[in-house]
Amino acid sequence: MVFDRLLIVASLASLAFLFLVFELIRRRRLDEGYALLWLGCGLFFLVFSIWRKALDYIAELAGIYYPPAALLLLLIIGLIMVMIQFSVVISRQRHQIKALTQRLGLLEERQGRIIRNSDEDSSAQR
Amino acid sequence: MRCLVVIPAYNEADTIVAVIESLAVVALELDILVVSDGSSDETVNLVRAGGRAVVIDLACNLGIGGAVQAGFIYALQHNYDTVIKFDGDGQHLAEEVAGLLEVLSEDGVDVVVGSRFLVSGGFRSTFTRRLGIRLLEIVNSFFLGRRLRDNTSGFRAYNRRAIKFLAENYPAIDYPEPEEVVLLVRNGFNIVETAVAMAPRQGGRSSISPGRSFHYMAKVLLAIFMTQIRPPVK
Repeated sequence: MVFDRLLIVASLASLAFLFLVFELIRRRRLDEGYALLWLGCGLFFLVFSIWRKALDYIAELAGIYYPPAALLLLLIIGLIMVMIQFSVVISRQRHQIKALTQRLGLLEERQGRIIRNSDEDSSAQR
Repeated sequence: MRCLVVIPAYNEADTIVAVIESLAVVALELDILVVSDGSSDETVNLVRAGGRAVVIDLACNLGIGGAVQAGFIYALQHNYDTVIKFDGDGQHLAEEVAGLLEVLSEDGVDVVVGSRFLVSGGFRSTFTRRLGIRLLEIVNSFFLGRRLRDNTSGFRAYNRRAIKFLAENYPAIDYPEPEEVVLLVRNGFNIVETAVAMAPRQGGRSSISPGRSFHYMAKVLLAIFMTQIRPPVK
């Protein structure tokens, strides 16, 4: 009985998580690239909520005596992977911001020079 | 021969005008470019009011690497033959520029580093600073297979080939000087050191505070190591 209740709670939580991700994509708050990652996480939760034998199997395979520890291990590995991906994305954006800032600075200098030159030209004509 | 002095400046209002004036009176034809790295003080206004230097006013703070790279891109776009990198805090002396240019004009020299340590005397920095510089000297000498004394000196001269390369590949970290040396040598550039005198900074604060020194060293050493194991840029 307890087992069934856990199954229902865990499945509902997973479904709620999937729905949250789905809504974020629908409202364009989440790019598809990241959305796939989080949808994968949601499906992962759902599968392990329903198919509990899989957890026991993985735990046995990895030599873990206490199956829930296997779940935590998988979660932590997943989270670390996600965070590394975020670091990669942040680094890439930093480079893009750098290039944009440089280009903007150079353009502003050029624009300032052009404006000054045309001011001088028009005052010389007078 | 057209020569551009690139001065990366972050909040150097106390010293920047004097630095530009000192460069203007030297008997060399130098164009001066100040790259303000998102300064929040009067640096940009003061330089503009002086009318002697071109200003690139970066919208946000990129760290010195990003500011210097903007200078190289400008030099490339405006077809300069030579770039001098010069500090905005008064540490570097304008009368030493001619010496750097002379060494740069020798056959096969791509980059000249103004070194504080080739002659004794002159300004000595703090103990921890000297320790860090010494460590960088050992690491870089090991990787480069030759001795380069002053890896942190920002007082440097570059020829056209180096300008072209650095406009694209300048190290994007906060304190790029030691990494720049490894990057250049790894890509087949010939770096020569020449002795210069330097003054203690005239104002402002060093961008490397004591508490951050460790972080600085770790970051620089990692960057040097990674630069060394990467294949040369095509």
